[in-house]
Amino acid sequence: MKGKISSIINKYNQDRGRLLDMLLDIQNEFSCIPHEAVGVLAEELDISEVNVEETVSFYHFFTREPAGKYAVYLNNSPVSFIYGRAEVAETFEKEVGVSFNEVTEDGLIGLWETADIGMNDQEPAAIINDTLFTELTRAKVKKIVRAMKEGKEIKEIAEDVAEAMYNRDGLRTMVKNNLHTKATVLFSEVELGKALKKAVGLSPEEIVEEIKDSNLRGRGGAGFPTGLKWDFCRRSKGERVFLICNADEGEPGTFKDRVIMTQLPEQLFESMAIAAHALEAQEGFVYLRYEYSYMKDYLEGVLQKMRDDNLLGKNILGKEGFDFDIRIQLGAGSYVCGAESALIESMEGKRGEPRNRPPFPVQRGYQDYPTVVNNVETLAKVAPIMIRGAEWFKSIGTKESAGTKLLSISGDCQEPGVYEMEWGMTIREMLEMVGAPDTQAVIVGGPSGVCIDPTHFGRSVAFEDLATGGSMILVGEQRDLLEEFILPFTNFFIEESCGSCTPCRDLTVILRDKLLKILNGNGSQKDIDELYEWGQMGKDANRCGLGQTSANPILTTIENFRNLYEERVQTDEDYVSTFDFEKAVADSCEAVGRVPNIPSH
Amino acid sequence: MKKDGKLYFEIDGKPCYAEEGQSIIDAATENGVFIPSLCHMEGVKPAGSCRICNVKVDGRNMTACTTPVEDGMIVENDIPELTELRKAIVETLFVSGNHHCPTCEKSGNCELQALAYRFQMLVPRFPYKFPEKGVNPRSDQIYHDRNRCILCKRCIRTVTKDGKHVFAYHGRGGEDLHVAIDEELASRLTDEEALEAMENCPVGAILKKERGFEVPIGERKYDHQPIGSEIEN
Ligand SMILES: Cc1cc2nc3c(=O)[nH]c(=O)nc-3n(C[C@H](O)[C@H](O)[C@H](O)COP(=O)(O)O)c2cc1C
Ligand code: SF4
Ligand code: SF4
Ligand code: FES
Repeated sequence: MKGKISSIINKYNQDRGRLLDMLLDIQNEFSCIPHEAVGVLAEELDISEVNVEETVSFYHFFTREPAGKYAVYLNNSPVSFIYGRAEVAETFEKEVGVSFNEVTEDGLIGLWETADIGMNDQEPAAIINDTLFTELTRAKVKKIVRAMKEGKEIKEIAEDVAEAMYNRDGLRTMVKNNLHTKATVLFSEVELGKALKKAVGLSPEEIVEEIKDSNLRGRGGAGFPTGLKWDFCRRSKGERVFLICNADEGEPGTFKDRVIMTQLPEQLFESMAIAAHALEAQEGFVYLRYEYSYMKDYLEGVLQKMRDDNLLGKNILGKEGFDFDIRIQLGAGSYVCGAESALIESMEGKRGEPRNRPPFPVQRGYQDYPTVVNNVETLAKVAPIMIRGAEWFKSIGTKESAGTKLLSISGDCQEPGVYEMEWGMTIREMLEMVGAPDTQAVIVGGPSGVCIDPTHFGRSVAFEDLATGGSMILVGEQRDLLEEFILPFTNFFIEESCGSCTPCRDLTVILRDKLLKILNGNGSQKDIDELYEWGQMGKDANRCGLGQTSANPILTTIENFRNLYEERVQTDEDYVSTFDFEKAVADSCEAVGRVPNIPSH
Repeated sequence: MKKDGKLYFEIDGKPCYAEEGQSIIDAATENGVFIPSLCHMEGVKPAGSCRICNVKVDGRNMTACTTPVEDGMIVENDIPELTELRKAIVETLFVSGNHHCPTCEKSGNCELQALAYRFQMLVPRFPYKFPEKGVNPRSDQIYHDRNRCILCKRCIRTVTKDGKHVFAYHGRGGEDLHVAIDEELASRLTDEEALEAMENCPVGAILKKERGFEVPIGERKYDHQPIGSEIEN
């Protein structure tokens, strides 16, 4: 084992900064990070074992015990339950013969849960080794498990169960793109190389000006003006400059970057080359969430082809000194790594803890050099803007929100999928478009956004009104909004918090417990008020967006769906909600071995 | 605004001066203003993790330990909104661990306890969680009690003479994160190093083995003076 591990470490030149890649390779090789590997890594990288373990234990897809020759990670997003996740999970357990979080005795199959994997439009979905399985049913699960027991190749199993496989230059997958274009900026058939050719003829400053003029704003959620960010980076005058494409796509309910990367990777990479020219950056990265590792080889292939065509590499398009190349960095399962400075920490082989700001990444980012982090969708829009100009881009959308937005729409509706549409569409129009007549709530921007009720459906999707990174989760009237969405989303934030900030780490747990108390029927009006009051504290106190918004599912439902809370609390004035009499009796009976005999209310 | 090469700034209206690059909290201390802190420690990179030192700069919350002073900066510190937040953070820490002060070796020297006194916390507003947290007695020099650990990251930012970390975070999130110890390295700590680790810890989570109650309770650092009074003028 030691030899294998050493050779993995050597593959990355014993560079501690590549620890994440080493661990990914080790996990791949041994289906876990063996104890011995921790020792070898510590010794060869000259760090202590706890330093290796702090990184290992941060990421969901690193396990200390073997995860199974077939490691089944079944998505548990709230939307997956709408599509029958419960019976799929049950079938897996029955057919495999172990429960979730267990591995069969022979080590063949492990069953694991995982948070939103970016497949909300085709749930229930699972990742098995590096292969995606979507639209699972009882019958498919039976077939999959049988084939795994026979030891079939996982890719072969996928072929066998899929209704259809989609092909694109070496990418063969059952994942559908479900793309609908209502307005076209991104998907406007950009001829490969044309935009870059134009950009090469311009000075970096001219490109930055054009992007500034276009009013392009970040599509990753925060909406920061892209041209301005590039300008800040240029002003840092770094000896080296890095460009990172944020493909972590972790916000529950978004899956549009997945579609861009499988449908338009050339346009994305070409746009990155344009950005690199503007920033005078020599190196670029795509930080790809682990859940999307099924497309990694395909993306590598596209990069190679573009190198062959001189659209990447040295002296791009013959321009002396214009060197730029892109490396794909795989993540390992962590939502907070989508936050740009956490992403950078992760790229450096560390725990994905967001950094304190200032300094900002454009001042000191990856390896302390000026770094621009942009979302996939933001970058992919650069090439069309280059070709058709800022004025054209501004002519689409609203005054403050130029161009189009890709929405990831899922939940209770007839046509879940990715929609490119002009900014400014109202929620009501959107619901009509996807066929969702009986909508109780829309979770705009995912759990970190806002949960709105029908009185808000006249509002429009735009930076000046409902700003969003594009996640739209539709909740039908038949759903228990608090139990099926708000509780799991709060748990999601608890688990995904990096843990640094006290309020994010501990207060969210306190909020969740109070929510549970109300859901269990043990709350009072006062609990609702306190929940709301306590939920405000993290907003300004925490370091990053995760902790600043982790109470949003609770807060925005208390604002817009207070009746759902009130229905569940005790209204009797004498009700003492701080003491659960029945539970106390049950606990003490258990302690002395008696059977409780009080009637329950 | 600058005076004798120093940056001028104000905390709650009080004129203050700072060196270029100095953090708000360090400058405040030099100017006789107390900003409560738990994770801040001299000589190591600020973590900005406990969030108690939140102040307002131009109306925005910033952690005083991580934010450098800028010339002309207007800082709000001793205002009801922030006191309330800080008190709530202290209460959060109390209910999320198990702090039985009367039995703790650090009582009277503990910064968490001292801040609770300063904020006049009688009982936390949040329900006690009484979580199950382990202890790690397995190294020769250090006894680590996770029940008292407030995850401030002070220990994990320090290194031994040969630049090695003895302590590190393990896991993540609200229910799993804890401090792990490299037991081998911890056993090899010198007496001074182990004592230093104990003193660096703001609470009683890191104790040096075979040492206890050298200064009797009642004569300890915060037994007579509230925390911060050594700074304020
Ligand atoms: C907890 C958290 C998670 C985030 N996840 C993502 C993500 O998955 N993808 C993304 O593009 N931006 C994400 N962001 C926003 C990034 O920090 C950053 O603002 C963005 O990548 C910048 O690109 P843009 O300006 O092109 O939007 C996240 C932010 C936070 C606080
Ligand atoms: S807010 Fe939460 S996730 Fe963000 S840095 Fe703080 S603890 Fe980590
Ligand atoms: S052991 Fe002490 S110093 Fe280390 S994180 Fe916990 S409280 Fe802080
Ligand atoms: S002292 Fe500044 S965040 Fe802890």
